[in-house]
Amino acid sequence: MRFADVVRTGTLGIRGRPGRATLTALGIAIGIGAMVAVVGISASSRADLLADLDRLGTGLLKVSAGQTVFGKDSKLPTSAPGMIRRVGPVQAAGSTTGVDASVRRSDRMPESETGGISVLASEPQLRDVLDARMAHGRFLDAAVGRFPVVVLGSVAAERLGISSIEGSPAVWLGNRWFTVIGILEPIELAPDIDRSALIGYDEAESVFGTSRSASSIWVRAEETRASAVRSVLARTANPESPDQVTVSRPSDALAAKATADTALTSLMLGLGAVALVVGGIGVANVMVISVLERRSEIGLRRALGATRSHIRAQFVVEAAALASLGGVAGVALGAVVTAAYAAHQGWRVAVPASALAAGIAGALLLGAVAGLYPAARAARLAPADAVRPS
Amino acid sequence: MTGHLPLESVDRGDAVIELRDVVKEYPGSPPVRALDGVSMRIDRGQLVAMVGPSGSGKSTMLNVMGALDRPSSGQVLVEGRDIATLGDAALSAVRGRAIGFVFQHFHLIDGQRALDNVADGLLYRGIGLAERRERAAVALDQVGLGHRGGHRPGALSGGERQRVAIARAIVGSPSIVLADEPTGNLDTATGQAVLALLEELNDQGSTIVVITHDLAISKRLPRCISLRDGAIVGDRMPESAGVGVGS
Repeated sequence: MRFADVVRTGTLGIRGRPGRATLTALGIAIGIGAMVAVVGISASSRADLLADLDRLGTGLLKVSAGQTVFGKDSKLPTSAPGMIRRVGPVQAAGSTTGVDASVRRSDRMPESETGGISVLASEPQLRDVLDARMAHGRFLDAAVGRFPVVVLGSVAAERLGISSIEGSPAVWLGNRWFTVIGILEPIELAPDIDRSALIGYDEAESVFGTSRSASSIWVRAEETRASAVRSVLARTANPESPDQVTVSRPSDALAAKATADTALTSLMLGLGAVALVVGGIGVANVMVISVLERRSEIGLRRALGATRSHIRAQFVVEAAALASLGGVAGVALGAVVTAAYAAHQGWRVAVPASALAAGIAGALLLGAVAGLYPAARAARLAPADAVRPS
Repeated sequence: MTGHLPLESVDRGDAVIELRDVVKEYPGSPPVRALDGVSMRIDRGQLVAMVGPSGSGKSTMLNVMGALDRPSSGQVLVEGRDIATLGDAALSAVRGRAIGFVFQHFHLIDGQRALDNVADGLLYRGIGLAERRERAAVALDQVGLGHRGGHRPGALSGGERQRVAIARAIVGSPSIVLADEPTGNLDTATGQAVLALLEELNDQGSTIVVITHDLAISKRLPRCISLRDGAIVGDRMPESAGVGVGS
């Protein structure tokens, strides 16, 4: 018997009962669809993160004062920003220092309601280092840095209920009013700046007594040499005790995120696999019924010269074809779900071709396995019993 | 002894099927003996009725002669080969090449048109689809249904369905056609027409055995083997040799 004939005979039962075939294949389609969607959505999310990473670059470094051996917060020397700017591949550096004050919408708000906003003294260079864009107004500069003015991070502005600088809104910072001169756009690599209210060092020092020593220094280095810069930053910032300096690369967190969220993906894949197995059992069930119903067809085929292997092959192929049908529908379903979800999230769509191929191949294999038992039953029927209606 | 059998059967004439002391028992308590020492032969070109009341062993005869089942003891020679010695594949090949079956309930596959039902008679013989369909068209012409090949069985009358089934049985030019109550599901006139078709095919050289409980059919056919309780109780031979072939 030729292969084409095996396929033709194997799909005869499906063509004869399209309604039943559709319902049976649906189980497989849901399982495969769920798995393809999970893989596709996680791949799209990862592709999006990697694209972000490309766009944001990996040249941004953050130097922070760590802790002394006694567990106290250490301080960076006031000379640190200048020293860092002298390192060759460093393009820009800007420091911030925490200010011991809270910021509120007005003096009538209780002091405890800070909204999670921290007040930082900031150098004017910070904006260039972070490549930050202004949503409204302007950033701190040497001219305004000695006046009671403040620039709000995007989250801080939202929490304080200030959406523009029209009418010169003011916030209650520490124990006096500060005029808001600018609001920043969100900065993806520096979420702590988003949640800050930034004031000039001069004003911070004169009003709150803030030290000139930086608690953090943001450094923009040439991307290709960022690693080399990173390795010398601690020693450059605090030559006396480099071990009290923490150097981090904020883009590493994004990169980690791109490789993370695998736990949830595995769980979802597992659920998809369960749906798939249930679908496979459905196929086996329908095939067992089909074998019972088609006793006389089996008898006829045996009378026409079919061997046991011919009959077995026919039913295995039928189960595999049924499941493949579900596999193809499932892959399409998964791709559509992925595309819809990615479009909703504003991601680019990335469905790995390997997931599509694996979906169809997996369904085919599952169907063949599900068909083994019914096919064996069909092949076992004695031709003499099968040929006469009992 | 066994090695000489094919030669012996050639010596004794042109036997298509030969049964030698065939016993068929079905397990049970007590076991049911459906065939009890049956010996007979059917020669090429014969048209034979096999009659008997229900329970006489007709179905078992069909199974054994058609290589659908093996005898408990004795020999069943189809084209000189003892089917008791054959494995599943070889036995299936005997059914596929040497024997054409016609059933009371037609056993057509509803999902495919008449032409493909007939072509299925060659499905398990390794012949390509195009050639199968070509030969099926010829066989359909032979049974007078050349114009109905594109119809599904559901669109055909009972008589037409049985003729499609007969075309399927003869499409592979088998050594013998076994027809099991071929008129059992048809009205009298249609049954007569089907019988006439079988006679016509016999005239063209086919060897045909009609298994029936209908005495009218058995009277009409040249040779009639009567069964009762698993044994042959009568074998009316044609009046003159070659009746089946010549007239």
